[in-house]
Amino acid sequence: MNTSSISAIALAMAFGFTTAAQAEDSVNVGVLQSLSGTMAISEVTVKNAEVMAIDEINAAGGVMGHQIKAVVEDGASDPAIFAQKATKLIQNDDVATVFGGWTSASRKAMLPVFEREKALLWYPVQFEGNECSSNIMYSGAQPNQQLLPAYDWAKAEGYKSFFLLGSDYVFPRTANLIAKKHIAKDGLKLAGEEYVPLGGTDFSAVISKIRAAKPDVIFNTLNGDSNVSFFKQMAAAGMTPEKMPVMSFSIAEQEAKAMGPSLVEGSYATWNYFQSLDTPANQKFVADYQSKFGANAAITDPMVHGYLDVYAWKAAVEKAGSFDPDAVRKAAVGLDFDTPLGEAHFAANQSLVQTAYVGQLDKDGQFQILWTSDAPIEPNPYDPVAFPGKTCNPVTN
Amino acid sequence: MLDGALLAGQVFNGFSVASLFVLAALGLALSFGLMRVINMAHGEMLMLGGYLAYLTYLIVPGPLAILVAMPVAFLGAALLGGILEITVIRKLSARPLDTLLATWGVSLILQQGARSIFGPIGVGVTAPDWLNTGFTLAGVYFPSTRIFILAVAVIVLVALGLLIARTRLGLLVRAVNQDRMMAAASGINVRRVDLAVFCLGTGIAGLAGVVLSLLGPVTPSVGQSYIIPAFLVVVMGGLGSMVGTTIAAIILGLVSALSQIFVDVSMSQVLMLLAVILFLQFRPQGVIATRSRALED
Repeated sequence: MNTSSISAIALAMAFGFTTAAQAEDSVNVGVLQSLSGTMAISEVTVKNAEVMAIDEINAAGGVMGHQIKAVVEDGASDPAIFAQKATKLIQNDDVATVFGGWTSASRKAMLPVFEREKALLWYPVQFEGNECSSNIMYSGAQPNQQLLPAYDWAKAEGYKSFFLLGSDYVFPRTANLIAKKHIAKDGLKLAGEEYVPLGGTDFSAVISKIRAAKPDVIFNTLNGDSNVSFFKQMAAAGMTPEKMPVMSFSIAEQEAKAMGPSLVEGSYATWNYFQSLDTPANQKFVADYQSKFGANAAITDPMVHGYLDVYAWKAAVEKAGSFDPDAVRKAAVGLDFDTPLGEAHFAANQSLVQTAYVGQLDKDGQFQILWTSDAPIEPNPYDPVAFPGKTCNPVTN
Repeated sequence: MLDGALLAGQVFNGFSVASLFVLAALGLALSFGLMRVINMAHGEMLMLGGYLAYLTYLIVPGPLAILVAMPVAFLGAALLGGILEITVIRKLSARPLDTLLATWGVSLILQQGARSIFGPIGVGVTAPDWLNTGFTLAGVYFPSTRIFILAVAVIVLVALGLLIARTRLGLLVRAVNQDRMMAAASGINVRRVDLAVFCLGTGIAGLAGVVLSLLGPVTPSVGQSYIIPAFLVVVMGGLGSMVGTTIAAIILGLVSALSQIFVDVSMSQVLMLLAVILFLQFRPQGVIATRSRALED
């Protein structure tokens, strides 16, 4: 959002115009991502994709005749700031909904805000599950759509000994908890489990432990630019991805490009979208994005989820005939809409039904798709092995 | 879990971490020792060094770019340090709390400046091939990057030691350090000594930025992740002592690396802070007590 529109809103509020009068022609939505700090490497482009979807919808006539106005805020890689900015968006900017968040810490910080304000957040990133709020639409993968497919793939590859490495916050801890339960259940070996603070840069000890434990594969849930330090120091230690397979859960095309593809060439990732996905819908999306942000712009899974969230919201608003968050989330469930992934829909637990892919990074920072799940996977926030007996059904509660 | 190779590897890692701590902390120790100035923008000198290394790589790519980047970063950071000293710190010389706040402001300005110029996403410096190797000795792998950084730290320490002990500038620094008033009274241009030492300190931070770029990304906030350990090292070392700073860096590097045999990185940071608190309970003056008239007023 540019400063003139900020001042326009400030002016409108100062003069006591009601927002209802404003809503005649435009409706505000929040876009809340980290534009600074350790997560900026990943989140700036998600913001771009969300704003691009909003611009496209406006160019095509808006939502129910209303133009959409994106109010962009910087979460600054700090969960507390995400909560503050979410409150600000809902209370001061009177947004109809918010698109944003990346780290689970940021989502957990925003969750009470959205529940208290009875608002709706569209969350675009894969996460650890074990959460089910009616005020969040989870379009990123649940553990059974990313982590467990990766684990099953690794098992099928014959990997028997797993080293779990993550940033020290809720996503890696919970994801690894689930992975550990499955490793134990299958009688495989847990070679080690290590956590580094978010933004951590020193991996010397972790690498020594990896060397001593000699795992078959590393499951990497590091987030943000810690990954650069990790892969750099692994390379310096002579453990390149060819010699020590690494399966990453937060490295997509953008991160690979920023890190220098040569550093991560040969490492694996599991996502529900790769830029290299060969479908007409995806080729159009890639071409549109690159014509706007440069021919070399990398496109990632969370960007596509941020982008499709905006379209899902539009479809749900039109079905509900209302911007009311409660009506919108109920309308969104089961509603088919077009995405760069193909036609998709949200399940009753407000998570997206989607296919999982395992890819390997090539020298250009693109993924060669090695494995595809048989069919789109129904999302399950509560893995039955790790969290037996827990279920969720937010629309009815 | 505790085998000999892992232990030896961690001792090496401890020294490796210590070498980074020393490079990051020396400048702080120098400026605090001489001028009682706490430079909150010190981390941004590291950042500047990292970005200068990145720019050097763009202009002169090739295996020896890192060797070109070091003097460039040293001079660049020293120059910025000089400007900071003349425009901000000198004006606030008798007001330590004000310098602390002013330099913190400078730190924020520099971070935002880097964000505006280079973008919020970090830039990468690729280590040349001759630094991307290593060798195994008695089951312990020694990456050449780490050895290179250790060597840089040792060279900087020796050079600085010689400078202080053997040169005319060193003599002046020692004189001002012992008694600022007397030194001024005997005709030493105290301000010029301050400036030289401050530039030297920030220049070393610039060097630290170059070696850090070999281990991780260069981001606008890269300095922030090293400034806290650097302050810890300076406080534990006995405010302003070079020898103390070095010993404290080694102690903390070893505590950090050895504790990580048993706990993870998050916990080892807690242990490191506890170690500093405990140490200061028993030895509040730090590793080396600085005997300076400047501390008595």
